[in-house]
Amino acid sequence: MAVETREEAVTVKHHSEDYSVVGTRPVRHDGVDKVTGAARYGADVSQPGQIYGAVTRSPHAHARIRSIDTSKAEALPGVHAVITSADLADPGDKVTGGGEATAVPLKYKSGNVLARGKALYHGHAVAAVAATDAHIAGEAAALIEVDYEVLPPVMDVRDAMKPDSVLLHDDLHTDFAGEMSEAPSNIAAKFLFEEGDVEAGFAEAAVVVEREFTFATVHQGYIENHNALAMWHGDGELTVWCSSQGHFTIRAEVADILDVPISKVKVIPTEIGGGFGGKTTCYLEPLAAALGRKAGRPVKMTMARADILKATGPTPGGYVRVKMGADSDGNLTAAEADMGFEAGGFPGSVVAAGCMCVFAPYKLSNVKIEGYDVVVNRPKTHAYRAPGATQAEFASETVVDEICEQLGIDVLDFREKNSAKEGTWRAGGPAYGRIGHEECLQAARDSEHWQSTLDKPAGTYRGRGVASGFWFNIGFTSSAIARLNPDGTVTLLEGSPDIGGTRSSIAMQFAETLGIGFDDVIPMVVDTDSVGYTDVTGGSRVTFATGYAAHEAANDMRRQMIEGMSDVWDVAADSITYENATFTANGESASFKEAAHLLNEDTQQIIGKATVTPEKEGNAFAVHIADVEVDVETGKVTVLRYTAVQDAGVAIYPPYVEGQMQGGAVQGIGWAFNEEYFYDEDGLLRNATLLDYRMPTTLDVPMIETIIVEVPHPGSPFGVRGVGEVPIVPPPAALAIAIYDALGIRYRDLPMSPHRVYAELAARQNGAEA
Amino acid sequence: MATEILSGKVHVNTTINGESTDFLAEPRESLLEVLRETLGLTGAKEGCNDGNCGACNVIMDGRLVNSCCVLAVEAGGADVTTIEGIAGPSGLHPLQEKFLEHAALQCGVCTPGFLVSAKAMLDENPDPTEDEVRWWLAGNLCRCTGYDKIVRAVLDAAASMRGEG
Repeated sequence: MAVETREEAVTVKHHSEDYSVVGTRPVRHDGVDKVTGAARYGADVSQPGQIYGAVTRSPHAHARIRSIDTSKAEALPGVHAVITSADLADPGDKVTGGGEATAVPLKYKSGNVLARGKALYHGHAVAAVAATDAHIAGEAAALIEVDYEVLPPVMDVRDAMKPDSVLLHDDLHTDFAGEMSEAPSNIAAKFLFEEGDVEAGFAEAAVVVEREFTFATVHQGYIENHNALAMWHGDGELTVWCSSQGHFTIRAEVADILDVPISKVKVIPTEIGGGFGGKTTCYLEPLAAALGRKAGRPVKMTMARADILKATGPTPGGYVRVKMGADSDGNLTAAEADMGFEAGGFPGSVVAAGCMCVFAPYKLSNVKIEGYDVVVNRPKTHAYRAPGATQAEFASETVVDEICEQLGIDVLDFREKNSAKEGTWRAGGPAYGRIGHEECLQAARDSEHWQSTLDKPAGTYRGRGVASGFWFNIGFTSSAIARLNPDGTVTLLEGSPDIGGTRSSIAMQFAETLGIGFDDVIPMVVDTDSVGYTDVTGGSRVTFATGYAAHEAANDMRRQMIEGMSDVWDVAADSITYENATFTANGESASFKEAAHLLNEDTQQIIGKATVTPEKEGNAFAVHIADVEVDVETGKVTVLRYTAVQDAGVAIYPPYVEGQMQGGAVQGIGWAFNEEYFYDEDGLLRNATLLDYRMPTTLDVPMIETIIVEVPHPGSPFGVRGVGEVPIVPPPAALAIAIYDALGIRYRDLPMSPHRVYAELAARQNGAEA
Repeated sequence: MATEILSGKVHVNTTINGESTDFLAEPRESLLEVLRETLGLTGAKEGCNDGNCGACNVIMDGRLVNSCCVLAVEAGGADVTTIEGIAGPSGLHPLQEKFLEHAALQCGVCTPGFLVSAKAMLDENPDPTEDEVRWWLAGNLCRCTGYDKIVRAVLDAAASMRGEG
């Protein structure tokens, strides 16, 4: 084990690999364009002759659409086209791919893009218009008259689950392992994972803690607005420019929603201004395409922030009940959980992932986990960074802390004693390969932060908390194409939108494979016609899976170059060796660059390619330490110090690994303290601005200290695990535990906003005085 | 005269990044709309269109403003600096160099706004403390970085501009 310390960063290595490009800190390939304003994001793209689209949205949370009168909008000068769901293809019983999620019925995907029969949440798109400028389009959208029959809104998961609840969909039945319920229900699906005997396990326990937790709907909060530009060509081909987490997914969805052959649709990815799981699906792309088809002009659309909050994302609110038991030696004996997550207006929340993560950091033989996917009159929910895990592990980690307290066992000792390790069966999943939870706990224990004593001056309320987090890190499919240039550089084409430096982390694995330099690889994210199929940028998969594809494309390039040099030198291919970026055979020798030149002169084109679907999940673990101070007069909690420890496998591009850890931690801090959807009694969203939907600013957080742990992932050529998602998981639990340490009050409802913290403090104070 | 009404649109003369610039704008158009859609200066981004995210920030007559909250016609006679005008003919501004060196950006969409805000601060205060940097940048939202590397990059750029780098 080697420990490297920089001024800002600490790395703890559990391997002895010594790479020349991997693990270094060069300036990213796309950096200069992103600091000069030259980088082109979705809304920055225009086409000659383009007109602008706008959307008419439901002012009601739940309403039947009796009729839509578009005549006044159509009569407004400057308006070129108006569409409703009647202008989209009849979805019938078709199914469409769902990016990070599983495949979904097309009627839900299409019905979310434009309401079909019913508006299911405040802000649900009902019609769209295209006009010569954005202001006229907005005026026309307001002229569309919709006759609504307003229905009672169903806003809360537990209300929606009641048998006598108002139904959102008359034809929705509960799917439980393929069996459908007889009666229609708002419960779209039930999940159940069972192993061992929980009753016997709880009977063995010296301590059993059972608690219920709730959490509010929150938004991914990317700064870039949704956008789309669609242009039809004379031969019936469609080009779409947009920012998304997966342009192949957008292509499939647009083709299905409009019923156009997939080969006729080309999606050109632009730079993307954040996604966090919220840009894995389409919203405006099919509307721009349908409007453009009707208008005969390219149509550009951008979504206003209020509409983003009302009608995209968010990630589910809901509840989690957790019951855990441990014997007097501190061994976990059984664990049980049940949870209900908001799906939004259409089925498909991330509750199954929550179920599979809730106890994942621990070794358990007796487990029962139940999950419910519940439709409510809120926007269709989507993934948000380790989807489902943050909510679930907020509950289980807080209960673990309470068990430690009752048993009088150190919280890190308890976690180490019960930690999952290689070979441990994951509750609801397969057995783990080599994982790094224990190593993260050890690094947290050794950290300067944990070893320091929290200063608690008289009259202050300060506390420290620690929590673990788990997220799978998926594989899925990625492709790469590598073209050898005459000057000895390589143009690397890939299909993974780059949200935070992955062009470079992928190129670095390519360069390392061939022993060439960082600047010798020119990575580019290209359109759906120019590279092989690649799944969404999500699941912390890009540096892992697309990096794997780049590694294989590099191996393919080396094989082709050896064959090519055998022609150039007129020697047998198997007599050529490649070491230290040099081809050698029978006294002949050529560097990579010289070989590129020779092969070019010999008119040979070298194009390495690969498509991979790595099977082994990365399995990411994190341990976070938080120090807080509570202002007991206002209930405001200030984070004094924060340390994030995480197993990255091998950190390919360390500054951007740290960036993921810091950014994830701060999103988790926002989720813990501030972020929340406020709906009124009519189901209308009352805080649809970035003033009232309160994300952390520079003033709300301290520096975030990072400790990268490197336990290489055996399923990756360079040991990559993926790093993007797990850092959002521990913060709410670590902060709730720190507040308990400060006040002696356990908060179990997110967000722990000042008014909630203060209300409980005031109640205790009144109770004490009474 | 800096503005003149022509068939519903107003003629505006302004200076953008040191160059005299003329455009026609409807009175209801914001400076951000004109920069992006009329003049093709797409470095300033729309994130909220109501002054809460700072992604559209520009410097107007020495003052940091949200260009989404300024009407284009108000820019008549003004001197406007956008992200496109931060780098000099000899290369990147020290803030831009330090953002790259410190990896102070991930998706990059908020980055132009942060750089413009940081430049406006350093124009006024070349030796800010960490607290002052955080105060100045509190009007800019970043959802990717957690701000750590941004604050460090700005402090390091300030030090390098003072000759301490």
